[in-house]
This record gives sequence, C-alpha cells and structure tokens, in this order.
Amino acid sequence: MAHATDTTGTEPTRRDFLMLTTGAFGAVGAAALLVPLVGQLAPDAQVVAAGAPIELDLTPIAEGQAIKLFWRGKLIFVRNRTKKEIDEAKAVDVATLRDPQTDEQRTKAGHERYLVVYGNCTHLGCVPLGNAAGEPKGEFDGWFCPCHGSHYDSSGRIRKGPAPLNLPVPPYAFTADTKIKIG
Amino acid sequence: MSGHSTYQPKTGIERWLDARLPIVRLMHDSAVSYPVPRNLNLLWTFGGILVFMLVAQIITGVILAMHYTPNATMAFNSVEHIMRDVNFGWLLRYLHSNGASMFFVAVYVHIFRGMYYGSYKAPREVLWILGVIIFLLMMATAFMGYVLPWGQMSFWGATVITNLFSALPVIGETIVTFLWGGYSVDNPTLNRFFSLHFLLPFMIAGVVVLHIWALHHVGQNNPTGVEVKDVKKDTVPFTPYATIKDLFGMVCFMLVFAWFVFYQPNFMGHADNYIPANPASTPAHIVPEWYFLPFYAILRAIPDKLGGVLAMGGAIVILAFLPWIDTSKVKSMTYRPIARQFFWMFVLVCIGLGYLGAMPADEPYVTISRILTVLYFGFFLALALIGIFERPAPLPTSIADSVLGGSGARLGHATASEPQAKG
Amino acid sequence: MSLRLSLAGLVTGLAIAAASPALAAEGAPKPPAQSWSFSGPFGKFDRAQLQRGFKVAKEVCANCHAMSLIRFRNLAEPGGPGFTPSQVAALAASYTNIKDGPNDSGEMFERPGRPADAFPAPFANEQAARAANGGAYPPPIDMLAKARTYERGFPKFVFDIFTQYQEQGPDYIVALLTGYRDPPAGVTLLPGQNYNNFMPGHLIAMPKPLSDGQVEYPKGPDGKSPVPETVEQYAKDVAAFMVWMAEPHLEARKRLGFQVMIFLALFAGLLYFTKKKIWARLPDHASAH
Repeated sequence: MAHATDTTGTEPTRRDFLMLTTGAFGAVGAAALLVPLVGQLAPDAQVVAAGAPIELDLTPIAEGQAIKLFWRGKLIFVRNRTKKEIDEAKAVDVATLRDPQTDEQRTKAGHERYLVVYGNCTHLGCVPLGNAAGEPKGEFDGWFCPCHGSHYDSSGRIRKGPAPLNLPVPPYAFTADTKIKIG
Repeated sequence: MSGHSTYQPKTGIERWLDARLPIVRLMHDSAVSYPVPRNLNLLWTFGGILVFMLVAQIITGVILAMHYTPNATMAFNSVEHIMRDVNFGWLLRYLHSNGASMFFVAVYVHIFRGMYYGSYKAPREVLWILGVIIFLLMMATAFMGYVLPWGQMSFWGATVITNLFSALPVIGETIVTFLWGGYSVDNPTLNRFFSLHFLLPFMIAGVVVLHIWALHHVGQNNPTGVEVKDVKKDTVPFTPYATIKDLFGMVCFMLVFAWFVFYQPNFMGHADNYIPANPASTPAHIVPEWYFLPFYAILRAIPDKLGGVLAMGGAIVILAFLPWIDTSKVKSMTYRPIARQFFWMFVLVCIGLGYLGAMPADEPYVTISRILTVLYFGFFLALALIGIFERPAPLPTSIADSVLGGSGARLGHATASEPQAKG
Repeated sequence: MSLRLSLAGLVTGLAIAAASPALAAEGAPKPPAQSWSFSGPFGKFDRAQLQRGFKVAKEVCANCHAMSLIRFRNLAEPGGPGFTPSQVAALAASYTNIKDGPNDSGEMFERPGRPADAFPAPFANEQAARAANGGAYPPPIDMLAKARTYERGFPKFVFDIFTQYQEQGPDYIVALLTGYRDPPAGVTLLPGQNYNNFMPGHLIAMPKPLSDGQVEYPKGPDGKSPVPETVEQYAKDVAAFMVWMAEPHLEARKRLGFQVMIFLALFAGLLYFTKKKIWARLPDHASAH
C-alpha cells in the first residue's frame, strides 16, 4: 500500500546532519534518564550514615569466648583467643594453606589475643559455629560451618571443606588496649 | 486500518519468527506502515503523550514502591525519607506526583479534542467507550495514589471519597466498611490502597492496548472529520511522519512537565498534605486534587447525599453515551457553527466548575455551582437537539482536498519510492 | 445572539466569584512578600542566613517544636547551611541524651549524639507536648515551610506559574513571627491565647517567641553582628532555615532543572526542524499548509 510518499532527499548532507544531531540528542537524553533511575538503587544517605564506624569495648569478652556484632549489616566475630589457640595459629606452615596468610597478617601487633573477622562462611554465606561454649569448633579449634562442612582454624583461615578463602578481616583499629573502632 | 500487511521479513531469522509469532509484523503494521491521515494537527500528539506518561508513571511508581512503606505510622516519614535520603528520590517523587497531574492535563486535552472533532462517532464508539473506562481507571488510580503519603489531605480525601459509597441505599454502609477494612480509614485502608494503586496502572495499560487496537482497526479521525477515502492521497505512513510529529509534541509537553517538576513541584499539590494524617482534626477546606475539582463541584452542588453522588457519577458516565447523544452526522465542529459555540461554553463551564470545586461550600459558590451543573448536563441535551436543526458548513470532499486547497487530484502522488510502502 | 450574552455572563460570574475570596477571608491580611535568595530559577540558599536561622531554631524553636526529620549530618550536606563535618560531629556530641538501646542487660540507655542521629525532639510524644503547653500542640517545624500557605486567589495563582512564586510558606512564617499585636478593643483573650495579625482567626496559642537581641549572632570583624539582632531578622533567618529543612535538595533541584530545560528546549527545536524536513519529503508538500 503506497502512501503520499517520499521524494528522494534533495540535500542529503544537511538532512543527515540534522537527523544525526536530533538522534544524538535523543540518545543522550535517554542515557541521562538512566542516571536517576539506576542511581536510586545505590545505598541511600541514611544507609550510608548508619554505616559509620562503631566502637567496641572488648573487656566483657572472656578468654576463649567470641561475640557477634553487626557493622553495616554484616556479621562480625570478635574472639578473645586462648594461648593454645594463638600458638596453634602461629605454628601452621603458611605454604600448606589454601589461602596463605600468616596469623600476624590477620591480627594487630601487640593485640594477638583478639581476632576480628567477618562471620559469614566464604563458601555460600552461612554462619559458622564455634563462638559459644559447647558449639563445634571444627578440627582446627576455630569455626565449623554446618552448611557444607568448612573448617576454619583459630585464625579464621580455611583449612578443610569447600570454602575458597579465609574469613576476611574487617577494617578496624585499636583506640585503646581493649577498645577497637570498626570501620 | 483495512488493508493487508506490508511487512516483508528480510532475513531467515525474521521469516522463522514471523511464521511462529508475527510480533515484528504486528509492530511494523501498527507503528511503521499504519496509515495516518495527513492533516492531523498537534492535538493528535496527545495520544502518544499519554502513552509516554503512563510508562513514566509506572517506571517512577515501581521505583518509589521500592523505598516507600505502606504503614499508617511510617508512610509519611518514608515519603520524606525518599525526598531526603534516597539518591534522586526527590526527583523521582516529584516526577511521579506532578506526572499524575500532567497525565490528567494530557487526558483532558485528549478528551476535549475527541469531543471537538467528533472522534466518538461511528465507527469509533467502542474506541471512545474504552477511553472513558481508561479515564475512570485513571481517576481511581490517582485517588488511591494521593492517599499513600498519608498526609492530612490523603487521609481526609480518603475519608470523604469512600464515604460517598455510604450514600447507596441498603448496602452503602457495608461497602464502606469493606473499603476501609475497619471502622474508619486506617492502616488496613492504606495497605489495600497501596496494593490497588500498584495494580490499576497495569489494568490501564491493558485497556490502552484495546484502545489502540480499536483505533488501528477503524483508523484515526482527523480535523475535517471526513473519513479516509483514498489511502494513497489522504494518508501518510505512521513512520516517519507521525512518529516525528509525536516526538516533537512529546518533548514540548515534557518542557511544561519539567517546569513544574523542577521549579514549581508543589504548585499542583496542597500544603496540608505536608502535615501528617490526623484523624482528630480536619483541614479547614478539604479539596481534592485539581483534576477532580469539576466533579467535586457537581457533587457539592446537589443538596442531597445520594443525588450528589449520582450527579457526580453521571457527569462521567454520560461521556460514554456521547456517540448516541450527539445526533449530528457531521463529526468535526469546525463545520458545525452552533455546536462549536456550545462546545466552547462547555469548556468554560468545566473550568468554572473546577474553580468552584476549590472554593468553600458557601454562597455565592453554591448557587453558581448549581447553575454550572445544569449547564454541564445541558450541553449534552443541547448536542442532542442541535444536530436536528443545525445547518453545517460545507465539508471538504476529502482529506487531501482540505490540505491541498481543494485540488488534491492535480499532483502525481504515490510515486511509491518508499520500500515499506510497496505492496 | 443570546448565546454570546450568556457566555459573557458566565465569564463575569466567574470573575465575581474569583474576586470574592478576598472579601470572604475576613480580617486576615495577606502576608507581605519577602525577598528570598532561594526564589526563582537560579535561587540558592544564603549559607550565613541558614546558619543564623539554625541558631534561632536551635535556641528558641527547638525548646517546644520537634524538627526530627533533620539529622545532624544534613547540616553538613551540600546545598545546606554548610557546616563542616567536624562542627556537625561536635554539635551532635553536645546532645548527650540520645536514647538508644536496649543494651545487653536489656535496658535503654542514653548516649552522646552522632551525625546520623535525628535532631532530638523536646517532648517524647504529642501527649507530653500538649501536657507541657497548656493543651496546645507545638507542631514539628521541619515541614512547616511547605505545610503552611495562604490563598493566592485568582488570577494571582495563574501568574505564579510563570513567576515561579512559591514562597507562601516562608512569607507566612515571617508574617506570623512578626505579627504579634495587642488585641484590638473588643477582643478578649482567654488564658493561653495570644493575638496575631496573620494567624487565621487571629488567636494563637504560641506566645510571642522572639524578641530583639534574644539570640546572639556571630560577630563580624568589627565585633558587631553583620545583620541586626532583631525580631524581623530572626524571623527571616529562621524562615529561610525552615525552607531548607522542608526542601533540603532545593538547590540541586533548580540546578538540574535549568540543565533539563535547556536540553529539552534544544531538543524540541531540533525535532521541529527534523519534522519539517521529513514532511517536506511529501511530493505535494509545497502547496500544503
């Protein structure tokens, strides 16, 4: 079906230039629209502000005990390690580890008693057992993940099971002997 | 419109798909080769503008729902959370709230255009009725959306409008209780309104598909109201001619939209809705959003509860009967000297009712509202009568004639140089 | 014909209707329009004014009114009063009674404020606020600049679309704060009532909140405050601060708006010429109009 149709363009270059510019404007406009539509997915100002560093007093944590806390919605374990656990963690030959890291790299010098790690298994995100008294600590005196059987040692390093990486250490610093600031 | 498809699949994949799901053919036939009367003016771009607004409202609405909390104790603050904390939240919320207003601006232009050019007349009655249904769904959606911020106007608007149903005899009270999900407008009401506010736009989208289907089946009306006689002479293909015109109209409309969003975002809202809902205190004047004001004025003009509700509902429903009320055979009011004057008076009456709807229910407003309500319905009676005795001006013989000054046959058109127009 | 007459009559009727609200709203005069730095398409807040306004709000208003939609961190965000993050942290920490908890023993406790905290409210809830204020509820002031207005009337409200006048809120607030008068003869005030020229109905529960010299403004290099420490100035400053509280992204909105308007105007122009070009392809276009 034919309509009242085109003549072929009489000024091809100028018409093309106009069409191209208009098309480019449309494309830029559509792309600019995406900025707010996608940008709104990012954490909002309240979430960001709530993620400010937090302070923690370590004195209530008895030797051999660990506590759980949250920072930015993420679970964190803080463990007051026994002498035996520290020695075990230091004695390991780093070269044999799946994710080689020394215990020194995972603690703060002079504060080796305290281990601070994220509390989600690096396999698929379950929470490993081993904090409370009586919970299985796995074969290496650390944590044992009940979901798929990953064993972490007393430095939070992966020793056995499917998890690929050690429990990561969050950013933190000692502000006093028994006070840390996470974040 | 009539005529067979001109789509010609070029590649193997296109042929394969076309044999199984001719979706590309559908798109081609309805958005590329679809023949459009060549004399459409810019008022005809409002259909495209309305589709754009519906899509914009759905996108911004879905995003707002990601951040909003539909709970009577938290809704107000969650809207403020969007305005203050969410990245570009202020923009998205102002786009959505002003978008509702601009949606109605566009739909009123669209409706008045249809009325002026007689777009409701045969064979477009179903198309027109589908439009009235969309309009009703839009009103329901807008009303429930306005409740969601849970400000004073939200709460009291919801109270007043839901109480309208109590005017119905026997079942009225039960209906209201069921609408509320309680004994007053409260958290259950807010929850269900949120759910329905999310649902209804997709129902609108569904009816819009029917509306466009009906449109493409019967073809577009045009400013002369003369039907297409010769597709070659009277029409142009939708793409690029109508596409580019619609785009131009759309961007001009977006300029106005942006003016309000960025410079006057609260102009069309009401200050009281920035006060959290308080069931113990009613604002001095309860006023619906501006797009409901003419109907609100009709409601208040009738000194009887049920009568007011019926008059208000009738003012909308009567539109659906317009194809049978108007007795004239001539579509476009351009050629109807008497009906045209009544049309413009009707526009003024609607604006006047809109103004009165915003005024307190005192004298002299009540009396004027009553006069204008009579005039509102009088217009429809007049349309029925005028068609009998009015002598229309001579119509052009064809669309091409009206465009080309009466001698459309003199030029060799349809040289068929455009590939997709062959066939 | 009579139709034209009736049209004329209708228009006249509407005009009368439009003119009468001014008569109907008896007594309450329209708040005078102030000049605001944030009005118009390129409006920006005056940082010094916002800082002064915050001081008034903090030292005077916040004794009775909540402004909890504002968090301390907002005071350091762009487009606001422009405090530094360390000033904000110090300010937040100066409030030592921020409720938090429960702690490990299950008890709620109080701690110093942090930037992420909301500005503390003077009363725990509306009932407590009413009890302390003779039954009247001091409304939160964080949204008041948008929640208060006055009727502009026809045709002014139409012109407002083009002039972008939208400062009814702050104009009304300034008028109210400076509008306390002795009641005219014949008006007797009940206990807890005050007479205000601009309050609808004139009776207001809030006693005159501001007096000259009440709030000390930061000194300039000459040892004197660069702006007068008067009720008038306090009212303007606190109203400006309230506009920022109600609309903290006002500057970003107007800035982005200008860019969008320019873009859309250019795009519309391009589309217009593209449309002309495309329609010129029609072979019989030359004679078409």
